[in-house]
Amino acid sequence: MAQAVVTAGPGELAHGGDPEHYTNTGVSNAKLAIWLFLSSEALFFGAFISTYFLYRGRDAQYLNKGVQNPLTPDRLFNIPFTSITSFVLLMSSLTMVLALAAIQRGDHRRLRIWLLATALFGLTFVGGQVFEFTEFYRHGLHLSTNMFGTTFYVLTGLHGAHVTMGIIWLLILWGRSMGDRLPTEKHEAVEIAGLYWHFVDIVWIFIFTAVYLIPQH
Amino acid sequence: MTTVEDAHALVKAPPLRTRLTQRPRTTTGPFSWITTVDHKKIAIMYGALALFFFLVGGIEALFIRLQLAQPNGTILSAARYNEFFTMHGTTMVFLMGMPLAAAFGNYLVPLMIGARDVAFPRLNMLGFWIFAFGGIFIYSSFGLGGAPNGGWFGYAPLTSTPMSAGLLPGRGVDFWCVGLIMLGIGSVATSVNFLVTILNMRAPGMTMMRMPVFVWMMLVIAFLTLFAMPPVTAALIMVFMDRNFHTNFFNAAAGGDPLVYQNLFWIFGHPEVYILILPGMGIVSEILPVFSRKPLFGYSIVVFSGIAIGFLGWGVWAHHMFASGLGPIAVSAFGLSTMLIAIPTGVKIFNWLGTVWGGAVRLRTPMLFALGFIAQFTIGGLSGVMHSIVPSDTQQTDTYFVVAHFHYVLFGGLVFAIFGGFYYWWPKFFGKMLNEQMGKLNFWLLVIGFNLTFFPMHFLGFEGQPRRTYTYPSGMGWDTMNLLATIGAFIIALGVLVFLVNVIFTARRGEPAPADPWDARTLEWSIPSPPPEYNFATVPIVTHLDDYWHRKYTEDDEGRLVKLPAGAAIDTDAATEAAVDPHSIHMPSPSYWPLVFAMALPIIGYGFVFKNWYLLALGVVWGFFGLNGWAYEPATEPDAGEGH
Repeated sequence: MAQAVVTAGPGELAHGGDPEHYTNTGVSNAKLAIWLFLSSEALFFGAFISTYFLYRGRDAQYLNKGVQNPLTPDRLFNIPFTSITSFVLLMSSLTMVLALAAIQRGDHRRLRIWLLATALFGLTFVGGQVFEFTEFYRHGLHLSTNMFGTTFYVLTGLHGAHVTMGIIWLLILWGRSMGDRLPTEKHEAVEIAGLYWHFVDIVWIFIFTAVYLIPQH
Repeated sequence: MTTVEDAHALVKAPPLRTRLTQRPRTTTGPFSWITTVDHKKIAIMYGALALFFFLVGGIEALFIRLQLAQPNGTILSAARYNEFFTMHGTTMVFLMGMPLAAAFGNYLVPLMIGARDVAFPRLNMLGFWIFAFGGIFIYSSFGLGGAPNGGWFGYAPLTSTPMSAGLLPGRGVDFWCVGLIMLGIGSVATSVNFLVTILNMRAPGMTMMRMPVFVWMMLVIAFLTLFAMPPVTAALIMVFMDRNFHTNFFNAAAGGDPLVYQNLFWIFGHPEVYILILPGMGIVSEILPVFSRKPLFGYSIVVFSGIAIGFLGWGVWAHHMFASGLGPIAVSAFGLSTMLIAIPTGVKIFNWLGTVWGGAVRLRTPMLFALGFIAQFTIGGLSGVMHSIVPSDTQQTDTYFVVAHFHYVLFGGLVFAIFGGFYYWWPKFFGKMLNEQMGKLNFWLLVIGFNLTFFPMHFLGFEGQPRRTYTYPSGMGWDTMNLLATIGAFIIALGVLVFLVNVIFTARRGEPAPADPWDARTLEWSIPSPPPEYNFATVPIVTHLDDYWHRKYTEDDEGRLVKLPAGAAIDTDAATEAAVDPHSIHMPSPSYWPLVFAMALPIIGYGFVFKNWYLLALGVVWGFFGLNGWAYEPATEPDAGEGH
């Protein structure tokens, strides 16, 4: 933490402007809280991504051994399809930024449009994931089939659950805006939802690289 | 300026509310405890419930000791014994130790930094409700098909093998997994709250290096909790998935590795040890200076040692796994890091001794407990260093020596600090002094009982008695020591009973406490006992470490203490409190939503444990109902303050 944190002098309250929103660090309480929460979440995904790497490739020596046409990632993945849904998810970060910019300049109509667009892009990604899971399941890859089935479904499924939470968060914000309960002064509520949304996107970049792009057999 | 007028303007037409959804307003009476957002009330609820779980966990321990009092004991069956030692550990770590830290932290952190409340009052209440429901959820397993029985550490693949395989009878492990995940969510929420409060809400002039050591330790444990909970949550999800959905995380036939579980668990588990002990160190660092009438010796060294423990605590986890065959390099590295962590701990002990040295020592009950902490924690610390010597540790693994070691740090250390904290701050919490005679009896019974119970376990461990085993044959030479330990356990129980009698006696006939009964040093003593809802009528301006002391005393040319005349203190002392109209202070409004949202978690939990998807769906919908209501509710009602 910066040294500036420590130098709250006695006069601080007087010239600090609005005493209700004064903080020692200069970062608002809610924004500091979401950063801390996201740092915790980073370790949560870190644990699952590490486990994925630890168990990568073990199927060849264990459950796929002696199996004809074993269910391996390279047989199942449809990289172009997942790349497109990943791209849609990344683009939703752009619409999220546009939503924040809209509320900051008081344009509530565009705020609602971009919030819905972000949610829709997120939904497209989750829809793609549901399709992908269904396809793999129909090919016979279950949670119990092999270590790939176990680690793939749980890691990407937990990420999908996080995206779903984000979509619901965006829709709650959209509902508040529709009911005139999200005035321009409350733009930080959008910013905080945005920080969560970007975090979930960044995690997907790691997962997509780890799971889909690094080849394994 | 902004606030009130703006808030009125926001709500153009006040929404029509039915009675059901009307926001609670009352801040007094029994009902107010359900909806309160006052950090002091939440702290008292944390403390009361954690003490209840302390008694429950203690009774489990007494049954364990009765079973082991003699060879071939028959008081508990093997299955029941497994449930009791699992629940004893789980209870004392998650339902007693951590919530008591949250209780002290909640009450004291805002008072010590000169704040009116924590950063997120409703999130604070949510943390409490999750703790309450999580505890009840785990304990409900006793009536719903068997309690957890795989140890508080829950090693996979023993725990992760599906129930149908019959390794561990009952659904206990499912309750354990889901319950701990719930408690973890609550702990992370509470940690975020503490971190933001401490980093952002200090009174003017309360720089980081003027904060009381207790606040520093709460800051460190909040960071530890924030980063320790996710790995164990991941591990618990994997165990639960393995048991219920036949995943292969710890299935050796599929290449699953038990060490993955052990690493994930102990990456949480060792920082957890410091999460438990650092608040105790903070409490002791507050008590010792007051009863020695000296400032804490080497304040900044104590603070930095605490931070160093927090960092090094991440690099020692594998010393719990020395017997698992990690290989010589990993084992040497973790042995060395374990030795290293003894340095900041030892530094603290010398600082505490230096504080007492040459002081005008008053041996009141809080001081006795603090001194007991130092002595017993040192013994536990020394046996801890023994564990860093790998061959010796391998010999002691899974014997009673380990049981002796961690009870010396967690009972002889943490529990003693907590009792000291009770006697020290009780007047501030409740406005009444705990009885001193009973307090001393309480202390000596605990000292005698504790040492009689756990000192013999060192020898039992050396003689090879294994832990977690429900009985032993006669003729092993263990009989006398075990009997002594059991007698000691009942003396501990008597000591705790004396404390409870003292609490009831004090509530009925205790003498009223002044604002500053101990002539103390920190800000919480500058306001009335118990403090008003808004804590500080005027926000204090801090100029020194131990600011309140410097408002009372100054030094003459020869360095002797000189008492300042009464009233010389600058702003908030008890006299000026009354002069400010409390209605002019805006406090956060009470809320139902933390309770409503927290209720969703046990419903989801039962849905998972019993694989009842309707219940699960109900819980999820309930949770979103709660979240949505929460999102629409402002933290402070614009027209609050007119009601009461």
